[in-house]
Amino acid sequence: MAKKWMFSLILSLVAGALFYLFPVSFCFAGEEKMAQDPDEDLPKLFIPRSGPAENFPCSKCHKYRPVNREKRKLVLNHTTIELKHAEKNRWCFDCHDGDKLRLPNGELVEYDKPYLLCGQCHGTIFRDWKAGIHGKTVGRWVGDKVFYVCVSCHDPHKPKFKQIEPEKQPLRPTEIKLIKK
Amino acid sequence: MVYIVRNFFKAIWQVTKGGIGYYVWIAFLLSLIGLGIKTYLDQYEHGLIITAMRDQVPWGFYISNFTFLVGVAAAAVLLVVPAYLYNFKPIKEIVLFGEMVAITAVTMCIMFIMVDLGHPLRVWHLLPIVGTMNFPASMLAWDVLVLSGYLFINLILVFYALYKLSLSKEYSLSMIWPLILLSIPWAVSIHTVTAFLYNGFPSRPFWNASILAPRFLASAFCSGPAIMLILFQVIRKLTKIEIENRAIFKMAELVAYAIAVNLFLLGSEMFKEFYSGSIHKAPLEYLYFGLHESKKLMPWMWVALSFNVAAFLLFLIPKTREDLVTLNIGAVLIILGVYIEKGLGLIVPGFIPDSLGEIYEYWPVMPEALITIGIWASGILFYTLLLKFAIPVYTGDLKFETKKRV
Amino acid sequence: MSQDTNKSPRDRMLDRRMFLKGAVAGLALSALPAGANAYDWEKFLQKHFREMNEAELKKVIERLERETSLEWKKKITISTAKAIPDVKFGYGLDLSRCIGCRRCVYACVKENNQSRANQVHWITVLRFKQGEKWADLENSEKYYSSKLVPEEGAFYMPVQCQQCENPPCVKACPAQATWKEPDGIVVIDYNWCIGCRYCMTACPYGARRFNWAKPDIPQNELNPETHYLGNRPRFKGVVEKCTFCIQRTRLGKLPACVEVCPVGARKFGNLLDPKSEIRYLMSNKRVFRLKEDLNTNPKFYYFFAT
Repeated sequence: MAKKWMFSLILSLVAGALFYLFPVSFCFAGEEKMAQDPDEDLPKLFIPRSGPAENFPCSKCHKYRPVNREKRKLVLNHTTIELKHAEKNRWCFDCHDGDKLRLPNGELVEYDKPYLLCGQCHGTIFRDWKAGIHGKTVGRWVGDKVFYVCVSCHDPHKPKFKQIEPEKQPLRPTEIKLIKK
Repeated sequence: MVYIVRNFFKAIWQVTKGGIGYYVWIAFLLSLIGLGIKTYLDQYEHGLIITAMRDQVPWGFYISNFTFLVGVAAAAVLLVVPAYLYNFKPIKEIVLFGEMVAITAVTMCIMFIMVDLGHPLRVWHLLPIVGTMNFPASMLAWDVLVLSGYLFINLILVFYALYKLSLSKEYSLSMIWPLILLSIPWAVSIHTVTAFLYNGFPSRPFWNASILAPRFLASAFCSGPAIMLILFQVIRKLTKIEIENRAIFKMAELVAYAIAVNLFLLGSEMFKEFYSGSIHKAPLEYLYFGLHESKKLMPWMWVALSFNVAAFLLFLIPKTREDLVTLNIGAVLIILGVYIEKGLGLIVPGFIPDSLGEIYEYWPVMPEALITIGIWASGILFYTLLLKFAIPVYTGDLKFETKKRV
Repeated sequence: MSQDTNKSPRDRMLDRRMFLKGAVAGLALSALPAGANAYDWEKFLQKHFREMNEAELKKVIERLERETSLEWKKKITISTAKAIPDVKFGYGLDLSRCIGCRRCVYACVKENNQSRANQVHWITVLRFKQGEKWADLENSEKYYSSKLVPEEGAFYMPVQCQQCENPPCVKACPAQATWKEPDGIVVIDYNWCIGCRYCMTACPYGARRFNWAKPDIPQNELNPETHYLGNRPRFKGVVEKCTFCIQRTRLGKLPACVEVCPVGARKFGNLLDPKSEIRYLMSNKRVFRLKEDLNTNPKFYYFFAT
């Protein structure tokens, strides 16, 4: 009798535990999957990065030339690069590593995915960008939207926009006159 | 059939014959009309760009005149009220000539609207049944209805009276009494609807004040009767029709009250805007004190205000009211005062500053002035011809033939 | 006879209406300038866009395409593409990004065939000084002509048709020549507008423009892909306004101003789609609508992304 009672108790406990753990295990599985595939919620179509990249790939030169990791004034090479992007506490190798971009955790990403790097600091902007709010999309408002990536508009070394020349101001009402042809 | 044709020629003959003064007057008016038509053809060809109106101020001198004339039309028939209330003798004249002024004024209103349209040939689009009139949503649709209804009522009234008189029949008021009664609230309605036309949109805070319709009516009761005062004296001088001084003085007294109300309403408006001092005071500030160096209308508004005050005093004091010289000065002052205040002084500040804050100081240019003068001239010509025909009919000098008599 | 009795009362009413229209047409004969031919008559008697049936519309479009192509010496197509079901267009403009460069103004002019010399601009860019009140708009500057933008201490606000859900202009029009389409765009039938400009006084956003003269467009710059309710060349004496580039957006494309904006401040999409950009910004950003106190309920949202 007692045995039977024990048996049913154990059975119900096991059943309860299974009932509880089953969905939880699915949750874990889901989260793991997300972590493995960060591209899932990312836009699919991009405008390729703009601007010349005459120094790319880095290995073109650095295969033979050792890398000087010291923070200094650049006089021989890369002189066109002006770093105005939290420059006080940053240097080339915070973001560059070999022919790849380097994330703060040391992980390397390809050059055509700059948003993965920029998004590391600019999280809210990255979120907005993915939603199509920050930056620019072109093409269609429905279906296949084409996204500009960060570096299509911003110079990563000096991301603040330069001033541009505005288009002509409109005519004043007194300047709009009958043109007889 | 023959007598209709004969009567028609008789009427034509009546309006074409006259003294040298009459011909000079008609020729003068015709030349102004000709100039107006020529300018209008130019506007028709090139577009409204030949006016000073632009997107910032899309309504100007034409609509200003339209608004003033709606007031004249409304006020003219409201004379029916004092005419009956005070029951003085030459009652029929007043009604008849008042209605004729109303007809003329509404006709001029229609002309002013027509010249203001970008596509006058498409005007049928806003008619009911044939077009797609936006009734009851659009106040302009309401305005079209009430104005044409008013024109219609007055045409019936005038031509019924003239027809009866020309056949030497006793002109019985009882037949048209219901229409005369109807014309009174209808007169109020044309001016109320015209006020609502501006009143209804918060995009123009200057007009979006509930006091606008009462102000419209008050100012109409100033200028309308004042025009009639002068007209009556002209009629009295040029024809055998007798109009008593007493009638004229009584009207002047009514004008004095109307001016008082008008000034009071203006004062209320000013208090509200300037005391509360919200951003919506800008148009009124522009009118009376100028806004950011823009002061084009300011002198005119002060002139109008002083004219109105002066006319008020002239009409209020019995001594000046009952002297024809000062009375006429007062009448001219109030007509001009209201014309400025309710013309450009009402339409233009609705757009200054415009809905995006821009200040474009509109001032009518020559072409629109010429077209406006042309319309005024054709209105005056129309009224002259109406008088030329109606007066002898009224006095019994012109009789039409009827079958019975032949 | 039996056929006649089969007609619904509405049909019969329509018949009467047609008859009356004919009668008016007859009367109007005398009003048209002498020398008007059958062609002018067709033009004069063209019906309201929404009152035409498919066959009538087809005929009118054919005539208009012929007429316009002839006038501009260029093949011009006039689309009558209808609103896409379950779509209501909304617009977002990021005031924290706009730099006041006016690229949008001129992209719009080009796309929508606006008049050049007798300038018609559907977009007005206003400049404000930072720290000054801007509710009265009177402190704004429309004619700024600085060498470079954005200027120090200034911010910019472009204004165009706000495509109100409760549009005062539609209420004002005495001839129903302007109305709100099912996708929320307020449009004008340029062949029905009488040019009274009452809509312009009713609009609180200064969004409507009048053709004070015949539009002046360089022939080689004329955009030949047009929509009846959108960018087809207009006439002297009619009102026009922004239509969210109806000729593009009804095909799924973005408006010209969105595409040209160099800082990506302009957002466009379907308000009924919860996943659209416009819905995202409405629920995640600080949003305001111009002159919201007037209850016009615009579908144009100004927002601050940062």
